[in-house]
Amino acid sequence: MPGDHSSKAYDMDLETIRSKVLTMGGLVESQFNDAMECFRSGDIVKAEQVIKSDENVNRLEVTLDDACSHLIVKRQPAANDLRTVMATLKVITDLERIGDEATKIARTAKHLHERGTVGVLNHYESVRVLAASAANSLHDALDAFARLDEKQAARIITQDETIDHEFRSTTRAMVTFMMEDPRTISSALDTLWVAKAIERIGDHAKNIAEYVIYVVEGKDIRHTDYVYTKLDSKL
Amino acid sequence: MNNANFQAALKPTLEISGLNFFYGAFQGLKNINLNVYEKKVTAFIGPSGCGKSTLLRTLNRMYDLYPGQRAEGKIVYNGRNILEPGQDVNMLRAKVGMVFQKPTPFPMSVYENIAFGVRLYENLSRGEMDERVEWALKKAALWTEVKDKLNKSGLSLSGGQQQRLCIARSVAVKPDVLLLDEPTSALDPISTAKIEELIAELKEDYTITIVTHNMQQAARCSDYTAYMYLGELVEFGETDQIFMNPAKKETQDYITGRFG
Repeated sequence: MPGDHSSKAYDMDLETIRSKVLTMGGLVESQFNDAMECFRSGDIVKAEQVIKSDENVNRLEVTLDDACSHLIVKRQPAANDLRTVMATLKVITDLERIGDEATKIARTAKHLHERGTVGVLNHYESVRVLAASAANSLHDALDAFARLDEKQAARIITQDETIDHEFRSTTRAMVTFMMEDPRTISSALDTLWVAKAIERIGDHAKNIAEYVIYVVEGKDIRHTDYVYTKLDSKL
Repeated sequence: MNNANFQAALKPTLEISGLNFFYGAFQGLKNINLNVYEKKVTAFIGPSGCGKSTLLRTLNRMYDLYPGQRAEGKIVYNGRNILEPGQDVNMLRAKVGMVFQKPTPFPMSVYENIAFGVRLYENLSRGEMDERVEWALKKAALWTEVKDKLNKSGLSLSGGQQQRLCIARSVAVKPDVLLLDEPTSALDPISTAKIEELIAELKEDYTITIVTHNMQQAARCSDYTAYMYLGELVEFGETDQIFMNPAKKETQDYITGRFG
């Protein structure tokens, strides 16, 4: 880890930003977990809470963008400090989107249970594994960001393929249900939207992992197969 | 990063190898090895006392003026090691010109400031000298401001103008290299910006080295950056890489303000 700046105020500014990002990460992790719980249980009150709590996430995004701009104008960060600020700006965008996706899941859960068509299809079971994979990715990505662990980040990026594969399986299953029994169509479509939202959360977690590698190694590996070649040569 | 294009045009104007410098018994430079590339701006950064101005002063043997100071090693310019005896140092200092931190116009008219140096090397007619003075002042982006007061004293100009006059003076004797030792430290932000713009134009024609305490200036103006510490060259590379992703922790600590 780098040493302290000669300016203590600079270090405090950076630490404030860092801790707010981790707070934001914690919030969206809870949002996602709670939203999935609503999808399973039909707790409409909880679903409303999840939707409302998105306001806190959005507020943090604005606060953090502002804090980063101020840091740039005051300190003209360079090298790893600059990469950290640039990565932070991008991470908070991905976190805000995760919050949005969790909100969509909560809304869909509400509609599904309000419509009363639950039970026709085991909607929750269809996405349970997908949701667990995405939740792990998100948790590990935030952990990798907190500890700047580029190895963990690389693993998360390769695991995104598993999430994509699982999403495709879920889609096929839903299509099969809809073809076999038209009564399942509403539930199946709702489940599909939820699956899509979960898959998007997995993508955002992967993005966060890519930014960790950017901060640590100074390489922008987005849209490359860097991790696959790196893993081949190193492990 | 377009490394391919960069590499294609690289030619070293100055090749420094095994350079050691002594102020009496004190060693100011330790085993410096680097190339200064043609028509590129090379910045030297580092804390006070790191040897960056010392290094600049070896490049045109300014240190000769002071007894007890000596350099060992090689600085190859135009196929010759300029540290060897038998070097025409006056000619060297015309070809490798220096501009100092504090503007140093001669106590003469603007015109004479420029003509004085030219006369040491060339025998020009009045008309040719007029042309050379105008050309040099244009090259230094000063002509429009002084063309109606060429006979006024150089000391009557503002700080930023005086510094550009010094640059014009260096340029008038047709150098290959310009050594700029903290050229804008004494200037206000607007004058600084004008000089930086001038540097960007001058590098089309001249090789430039610049010593600066202002890291953003180094990041803005230079193609290559050398980070020095306690007389040693810690890291040398393309400016983009030094400021975005330096190879050495010491370099990163310096440019991010972690001096502890």
